[in-house]
Amino acid sequence: MTKTYPKASRPSLDNVSVSIEKGEFVFFIGPSGSGKSTIIKMLLHEVAPNKGRVVVNGKDVTSMRSWKRPHFRRSIGCVFQDFRLLPNRTAYENVAFALEVIGKTKAVARRVVPEVLELVGLGGKEHRYPHELSGGEQQRVAVARAFVNRPLILLADEPTGNLDPDTSIEIMRLLDRINRTGTTVVMVTHDSNIVNQMRRRVVEIESGRIVRDQARGVYG
Amino acid sequence: MRVKYVLSEVLVGLWRNVTMSIAMIITMAVSLTMLGASGLMYRQVDDMKDLYYKNIEVSIFLTQEVTEQERTDLQTKLDGDPLVKDVLYVNKDEAYKRFKEMYQDAPDLVNAVKPDQLPEAFRLKLNNPEQYKNVYDQYKDTAGVEEIIDQSRLLDKIFNILTSIQNIALAAAIVMAIAALLLVANTIQVAAYSKRREVAVMKLVGASNWFIQAPFVLEAVVAGLIGSLLGLVALVAAKYLLFDGSLSALQGLLSPITWGDILFIFPLMAGVGGLVSAGTAWITLRFYLRV
Repeated sequence: MTKTYPKASRPSLDNVSVSIEKGEFVFFIGPSGSGKSTIIKMLLHEVAPNKGRVVVNGKDVTSMRSWKRPHFRRSIGCVFQDFRLLPNRTAYENVAFALEVIGKTKAVARRVVPEVLELVGLGGKEHRYPHELSGGEQQRVAVARAFVNRPLILLADEPTGNLDPDTSIEIMRLLDRINRTGTTVVMVTHDSNIVNQMRRRVVEIESGRIVRDQARGVYG
Repeated sequence: MRVKYVLSEVLVGLWRNVTMSIAMIITMAVSLTMLGASGLMYRQVDDMKDLYYKNIEVSIFLTQEVTEQERTDLQTKLDGDPLVKDVLYVNKDEAYKRFKEMYQDAPDLVNAVKPDQLPEAFRLKLNNPEQYKNVYDQYKDTAGVEEIIDQSRLLDKIFNILTSIQNIALAAAIVMAIAALLLVANTIQVAAYSKRREVAVMKLVGASNWFIQAPFVLEAVVAGLIGSLLGLVALVAAKYLLFDGSLSALQGLLSPITWGDILFIFPLMAGVGGLVSAGTAWITLRFYLRV
């Protein structure tokens, strides 16, 4: 697929073709502006390619109407570098919010949220506000929120970008654990350390082209 | 839970930006009051037109030296005219009697006028008062006719004034409505900005569009409905203080405004207030939230 942003001199993604199997763990690496984030946006149906198709969970989302987007997004979890937590809500409320706004009842939230907070290692800190948590803990809350609805795919856009190396490793262990439950994990990163430790599939992008696609790769 | 959530968001939203909410409600109320007033006047003018035009007369005054023959010819012609419903002949004595009645407060004037000086006349009721012009054209050159006077020309002037007052009220309603629209748009933008984090998360986790938009749209609708209620209060006060109060002297002239009329106009005000706010909010969100 090809994506050219308006006013851009060269395409952000140029004739890129990549296929990710269910249950895989994939790193997208490459310098800033190489087009990694554009892939995430396409998977989220935030931007559409100019040429080619995007197929997610067996559904062609290239021509999906925008009113179907909300329902589509419920099958995808998302984690970002800046956590994107709601500052005036506790860890529990942040995770429960994600359930309640898609129509799940409070009873469901009461059952599921403590479970998933336990899974990410935040048992006992449910009622802390984001500012009372460390960066790593905030990112765990974000992961819990992304995972609480049991998505098929977890997209992580530089999830360790704001964290120190040790904390980053802990977050990676968490993502690895989530991957083992059968969830496909797609992660965009600059962090060579992490890529080298994890030894998972690596897709390297440069100037909008795939220059490397390697199973059990390193940062290079 | 979802309904409760949406409703509490609405109240929180109105309260968060309370000065703006009040400004929005006040402009909305003024605009809807004007709209309601102009609606009431529309009915009022219609009622008055019915009332007055039904009783309207065209008078054909005859010359002093009209002959018996001319008078009978005219009478026959009028009797056979399809435009004319009723013909009443008023001779000099009857004209004098009417004159005396009309000016009984001014005896000097009555004494100064002799029955002879007053012209004989035919008083006509027309089937359709608006066809006065045809009647005028048809009879103005008939022998023995001095002058044709139509009361509806006077009424037209009055109704023109009433219609322009009504138009001014409507124009004021529209101008205020534009101000209200801009305030609604601004309030919604501020609300969307202060909830941008929540909205971003909701979009991310796949909350449906209506769920994201509903609190904002309802916030505007609630403001519109409160505005229309205030407008209703203003109209009731206007009837109570103006029509039943200081203008009650004109009661015989103006057809009365009933409580029923005001209650009848209220759904219009509430509907316009609610729908216009909802529409503005929704369009604002399309630009601002891009959901």
